[in-house]
Amino acid sequence: MKKLRRSMLFLPGSNAAMLSTAFVYKPDSIMFDLEDAVSLREKDSARILVYHAIQNPAYRDIEKVVRINALSTPFGLKDLEAAVRARADVIRLPKTDSANDIHELEEHVVRIEKACGRPVGETGLMAAVESASGVVNAVSIAQSSPRLIGIALAAFDYVMDMQTERGDGTELFYARCAVLHAARVARIDAFDAVFSDVNDEEGFLREVELIRKLGYNGKSLINPRQIELLHNAYAPTREEVEYAERVVVAAEEGEKAGLGVISLNGKMIDGPIIDHARSVITRARASGIRQ
Amino acid sequence: MKIIKAAVAGTLESSDLMVKVSPSSGGLEVVVNSEVMRQFGRQIRKVVDETLKKLEVTDGTIVIEDKGALDCAIRARLQAAVLRGAEVEELNWSQLS
Repeated sequence: MKKLRRSMLFLPGSNAAMLSTAFVYKPDSIMFDLEDAVSLREKDSARILVYHAIQNPAYRDIEKVVRINALSTPFGLKDLEAAVRARADVIRLPKTDSANDIHELEEHVVRIEKACGRPVGETGLMAAVESASGVVNAVSIAQSSPRLIGIALAAFDYVMDMQTERGDGTELFYARCAVLHAARVARIDAFDAVFSDVNDEEGFLREVELIRKLGYNGKSLINPRQIELLHNAYAPTREEVEYAERVVVAAEEGEKAGLGVISLNGKMIDGPIIDHARSVITRARASGIRQ
Repeated sequence: MKIIKAAVAGTLESSDLMVKVSPSSGGLEVVVNSEVMRQFGRQIRKVVDETLKKLEVTDGTIVIEDKGALDCAIRARLQAAVLRGAEVEELNWSQLS
């Protein structure tokens, strides 16, 4: 079964308390942040803390992503060294502007994997797009490496680059569509930007509904309170599940009877509809029924 | 590894610890204060001693104020403080693992 990546919870890499307890919230992925959430003077200490925290057995069943600093900074390579050696599942590269950024990252990852005895190719990559260049180059970025598991839109730097500001989502309309299309072309996952007002539950759910309908796999989150809301919003409704089960039963009966085309309640059921029905049932198994 | 200047790492927040290191030529002195000393004192001391041994710290004063941190945080904060105190930039990963 394909890995679910609905929720990616950001954790500041310098916060020992959060790093010691975040696994209890059971997000699909945890992103240990060494970049923006860590002050310049704590970069060294956060790097070592994350190195040890992600080897804690409590995180064994959760996908561990480490957001390193950009490779152009004095911290990027050191972060990468720590993350790959600690066996992080995925490295998230911020400010990815072109496929070359991923190629450069991959060269370093291969070198470190060899140096620490990790199987070459085991470390996944993820590109965060945060600029007009990144959005325009999203397709080539998404296709730049077989290690890429996903591409994410990061909104704060992007809207600044676009000379606008966060608002009702209009400002992200093109970027969201471009990043999502790039992900689908490359057959990788697409992640939406964080929703930063943790007290605005209604606004968060409106945004989740929008990105879910667009086709995003999930969203970066900054507060554990947002996890359950997000998972529930991604769960299918009871009506959707019941209909999907009827479609699958009809499809199986049609196959047994050797029918090429089948119908349910007078509507034709073909391959894409059956595939969709199966995916609804799979989502219901993972996320439950929407409350 | 030789501690050549005073350095600090960590915080006094719950589930964290603060480690202060300073140079000394008269051997190694380690002071551990913990809110959970009665329950976990022996385990904390074991993690601290192992970590210092791997870093090959033989001289200096180490003062630890623990606020109920996990072993991984104790190891990380202690390593960060020693590396800062020793002014080590390039990490020897075999000493940290």
